[in-house]
Amino acid sequence: MSAFTAREPLLSVRDLTVGFKTDRGPITALDRISFDLGRGEVLGLIGESGSGKSVTMRALLRILPQKRTTISGSILMEGRDVLALKRRELASYRGNDVAMIFQEPSLAFDPVFTVGRQIAETVVRHKQCSWDAAYARALEMLELVRIPSAKSRLDNYPHEMSGGMRQRAMIALALACSPKLLLADEPTTALDATVQIQVILLLRELQKELGMATIFVTHDVGVAAEISDRVAVMYAGRIVEMGSAADVLKSPAHPYARGLLSSTIHGAMAGERVEAIPGMPPDLANMPSGCAFSPRCAMAMPECRNVIPAPASVGAGRSAACIRVGSVAA
Amino acid sequence: MPVYILKRVAYAVPVALAVSMICFLLVHLAPGDPLSLVLPADANQTTIDATKAKYGLDQPLPAQYFLWLTNVVSGDFGTSIATGRPVVSEIANALTYSLLLALIASVLGLVVGTLLGTVAGYWNGTAIDKIASAVAISGVSLPHYWLGIVLVVIFSVNLNWLPAMGAGESWSAERLKFMVLPAITLAAMPAGIITRSVRALVADTLGKEFVTALEARGLTQTQIFLHVVKNAAPTAIAVIGVQLGYLMAGSILVETVFSWPGTGLLLNTAILQRDIPLLQGTILVLALIFVALNLLVDIVQPMFDPRMKRG
Ligand SMILES: Nc1ncnc2c1ncn2[C@@H]1O[C@H](COP(=O)(O)OP(=O)(O)OP(=O)(O)O)[C@@H](O)[C@H]1O
Ligand SMILES: [Mg+2]
Repeated sequence: MSAFTAREPLLSVRDLTVGFKTDRGPITALDRISFDLGRGEVLGLIGESGSGKSVTMRALLRILPQKRTTISGSILMEGRDVLALKRRELASYRGNDVAMIFQEPSLAFDPVFTVGRQIAETVVRHKQCSWDAAYARALEMLELVRIPSAKSRLDNYPHEMSGGMRQRAMIALALACSPKLLLADEPTTALDATVQIQVILLLRELQKELGMATIFVTHDVGVAAEISDRVAVMYAGRIVEMGSAADVLKSPAHPYARGLLSSTIHGAMAGERVEAIPGMPPDLANMPSGCAFSPRCAMAMPECRNVIPAPASVGAGRSAACIRVGSVAA
Repeated sequence: MPVYILKRVAYAVPVALAVSMICFLLVHLAPGDPLSLVLPADANQTTIDATKAKYGLDQPLPAQYFLWLTNVVSGDFGTSIATGRPVVSEIANALTYSLLLALIASVLGLVVGTLLGTVAGYWNGTAIDKIASAVAISGVSLPHYWLGIVLVVIFSVNLNWLPAMGAGESWSAERLKFMVLPAITLAAMPAGIITRSVRALVADTLGKEFVTALEARGLTQTQIFLHVVKNAAPTAIAVIGVQLGYLMAGSILVETVFSWPGTGLLLNTAILQRDIPLLQGTILVLALIFVALNLLVDIVQPMFDPRMKRG
């Protein structure tokens, strides 16, 4: 038993690697990612589509398809090795220590149970309380996420709610057991623009109020800047840059992060999605040798094709994975 | 009563009427004088006149239909040509046998089908799944009469465990022995089809995002299983309902193979003997049972999936 002290990070991920067996052969969706997350800290995870953001989140909860997935590395949550948890321990960890808000609330709710029942069910499961107490908690949560006439909404089926309300209910569900870590995987991409902003503001407010650590996946650099303490930029299954939100978003060090930010610097203001850098992200089944970004990188040197750059420090609490990082960051 | 139930019942009424119309027209589409079909060959003039008046054969077709319908609704289906007994009592007697056999076969098909299907769906792609699928395909593709005869050869002729045909002397536990082979034969096809459908449904439901979300909430496997069942139930019920309807129809062959004195055998006899009133009555009753079964499915389904209450 490792004693867990308050100074240790809440979550500590080391060399997390996730592989999938696919029809087109094995792929490495996550390649040795490492990061720490403190209590109450908000980490923004950004990167193009397919860079492995959702896989990271799902690996943290171990909800990837068992048969096709291989996971290695370590995930320590309060010092406990998540990858070593037995089935029962895992079930008490999920939803209780760590909860997730899914991208599509309409797909993440069971369509044939009421929203109230689904929240209450989770509360009963983890808090071993009565159903009455659990429903009371569900009501309290729906009020907390400011769903109007929450009491009658308890009896609503998911299809009877609007998209925005459904996502609020999903947030209520995720927070009902007071998790220490909240995983929000693009929680607003399925919503209308005006509703998006409301939900983001609500999440930020709840995070401040309840103080749970949060990993927030987004395409939207503006949102990442707004909500995160730190930011990690992912590319082709690797974290290419990480640091405080202010540093990374103001002066990105990695060429990919630079490209990503410059292509969205205006869009970010308007809350638009990340635009692509010239070229395409690599095919995970057919990765380029060396740095995965080198084929698209304007600053690539022949050597970039030979080594996979390891994250290196580029200032206090900042790291970037680029062999040219010194010259680029200068 | 919830509005949707009233609605479904209201929808079933025209269907039942259409069914009755077809049964009515059977007599008039059959070649020859309808009267000669309705009456025994040796009927005297008084009977002929009485019947003519009763069925209003001198009146236009719609009026005749209305009269016939009134008779049917009041329980008068006419008289069997072959036996001279009222068709109603013939059907009632046969129906007791048929419903009992169908009930046992239904339970068998339902239990085997849902169990095998659920297991195969949960362990999709494993050896268990392959075995279940093989069983299902056999059930679906083996013809009734062939399966029936094979069972008789094995269990009656060779092993001498069970009677080959008939229904025994009286209503007693002994009669169950007579029902084993016909029930298995009758249940084979619905069991196969239900297995396949339930397997596909369960596998499909398990692949849904919300199941991952349920896992992410830390629910136990048993709790998640309940969610899967409630989601798969409405479609499964529809398939099962239709299959049980077909099972009633399948009993025609099976009852003939095993000489089980139910509506199937009755229908068979009626066809062979051109006993039109009996045929008409039996078809009408069987068709109405089918309609009722569908109505039941329509009413039960929304209890599992609230989205179906609309529309
Ligand atoms: N269950 C799986 N089986 C096989 N491959 C998968 C699986 N889940 C994800 N992948 C692959 O892993 C890669 C990363 O996917 P992921 O969903 O993490 O991307 P993402 O960064 O979340 O993208 P988006 O912004 O579009 O959500 C993709 O190439 C995807 O095809
Ligand atoms: Mg994603």
